[in-house]
Amino acid sequence: MRRLNTLLFLFLGLLQVNAVAQASADGAKLYAEHCSVCHGENGTGGIGVPLALPSFQAAIDDDYIRQTILHGRPGRVMPAYGYLGKAQVEALVRFVRAWNKAKKPLTFPKTPIKGDVEHGAVLYARDCAACHGARGEGGKGTGVTMSRPRDLPLMPPALNNSGFLASAPDAMIELTLMQGHEGTPMVSFLKKGLSKKDIDDIVSFVRNFEKTPLASEAKLVPGKDSPIIVRDSPYDLKTTLENVKRSIGDNEYGWGRVQTLEYGMTSPGNENKHQVIIYFCNIPFLNKALAIDPRIGMFLPCRITIVEENGKVRMMSINPKVLSRLFNNSELNELCDKLTEDYINIMEEAAL
Amino acid sequence: MNSLKRFAVILLLLQAVALPAKAEGLMMVRSQLPFEDALSALEIAIQDQGYAVTRLQQVNENLAKRAYKSDMYRVVFFGKLSEIRPLAASHPDLIPFLPLHITLFAEGKDTIVLCAPPTDLEEWYPDPKLKPIFEHWEHDMRLILNRMQQQKSL
Repeated sequence: MRRLNTLLFLFLGLLQVNAVAQASADGAKLYAEHCSVCHGENGTGGIGVPLALPSFQAAIDDDYIRQTILHGRPGRVMPAYGYLGKAQVEALVRFVRAWNKAKKPLTFPKTPIKGDVEHGAVLYARDCAACHGARGEGGKGTGVTMSRPRDLPLMPPALNNSGFLASAPDAMIELTLMQGHEGTPMVSFLKKGLSKKDIDDIVSFVRNFEKTPLASEAKLVPGKDSPIIVRDSPYDLKTTLENVKRSIGDNEYGWGRVQTLEYGMTSPGNENKHQVIIYFCNIPFLNKALAIDPRIGMFLPCRITIVEENGKVRMMSINPKVLSRLFNNSELNELCDKLTEDYINIMEEAAL
Repeated sequence: MNSLKRFAVILLLLQAVALPAKAEGLMMVRSQLPFEDALSALEIAIQDQGYAVTRLQQVNENLAKRAYKSDMYRVVFFGKLSEIRPLAASHPDLIPFLPLHITLFAEGKDTIVLCAPPTDLEEWYPDPKLKPIFEHWEHDMRLILNRMQQQKSL
C-alpha cells in the first residue's frame, strides 16, 4: 500500500510538472489559439493591432503585454483573458515579446509622472485628439485594414480605456510621445517641437482619464433584456408577411428573400409552411457596420421569422441590442441599438 | 483518508481547475486557406458533422451592387431537420436563432471564420432539456472551427 501511495504521489507530481512545463512551452500554441485570429499568425495585425511592429515592440515592456492580456480593452474588441493561468499568461508574454529585436528590453517604472493637467489638455486637444478622439475614445474601426478601405493604416488606440490605463505606465506613454511609432501615424512629439515638459503635461492629462471614464465602457455591462424581439400579429401568416414586406420598405430596408425555416433541410413538400423567414438589408447601413467591425456578419442578413401556431401569428427576431455584447465593441453598440429599434418598428407597423 | 490521498485529491482538483475555460465573446479562428477554399472547406466540415448547408448569404456582392468595396464575405446557414423541427415546436422562442450559422470573410490571404457560442444561450434559456443541445452545438461548432484552423489545403 505504501509503495502504491508513493507511485501515486510521483505520478501526480509528474503530472503537475508536465502541466506547468507545457504551459511554459506552449506560448506559440496559446497565441495560435487565442490571438492569431485577430493579430495575425506572425503578428502583422488584422482585426487586432500589429503586435510585431518593431517600433511598437521597442516602446513597451513585458508588463504592458501581461496587463493587456489580463485586462483586455473593454469596449474595444480585445477581450480580457483573466481566466488564463499565470504560466499561460507568461508563456504568451514571452511569445509576443520574442518579436522585440531591441538588445536591451525596457522595464518601465510604475511611478506617476507629474505634469500640468490643464496645459496637457490644451496640447492634447491640439496634437492628439484628431486621432485618439476628443475624450480619448480612440479611432474608429478595428485594427489595421485588410478587408476593406480605411483612412489609417492602424487604429489609434483608445487612451481613455480602463484596460489601456491599467496596462500602460506613465513612463511608457511618455516614451511613445517622445519617440513615436515608426510605420504608424504616431510621430515623435519631440521632433514636432514639443518639450519634455509639454510631453509630461500630456501624460498627466491622459492619466487623468482614469477620473473621467467613458460611459460607453459601462454600457457593456449585460442588461436583463430579452435576446429576442417578439410581436403578435392580428393577421394570418400570408397577410402578415405582406405587411412585413411593406414595413421593411417603409423603414428604408429592402427585402430579398422569403423561405421556410426548414428550407434546405428537407424536400420542399415536407417543409413546415407555418414558419417563414424574410431576409432584408439596408446596404449603406451594412457598409457602415462592417467598417466598424467586420465580425458583425453574425447578425447578417437582417431577418424576421413569422410563425403561425394554433391560429396565432407571431413575428420574431434576435435582439441586436442585447447580443452586441458578444463583440466587446462599444462603437458597434450604437448601431445595434438602432437595429433593435428598426426591428421593433418594422414588426409593430406590420401589426397595425 | 490519509494525508497523502488528500493531497492527491487536491492536486487532481487543481489540475481540473487549470483546464482552459471558454473565452468571453465570439468563437473565432483564422484559416490559412484563401477565401474560396475556406468556403468549400467550411461547407464540407459542416456536412461532415451531419448538418445540411441551407443557404450561403452573399455579402460582398450585395455591397458591390451599391459601389461599396469589400473583400469576400459570406454567412453560411445550416441545420438538421431532426433537431430544428422538434426544437421549434417545443421552444419557439429559439426560432430567431435558427438555423445555425457561421460567418467567414477574407483577411488578406487568410480567412476569418467565426460564430456565436451556442452555450451563451443558456443564460436566457435555462431549461435543463436545452443544455445538452446547446453543448452539442457548441461541440460541433468547435470541431468545425478547429478543422478550419488546422487545414492547410483543400
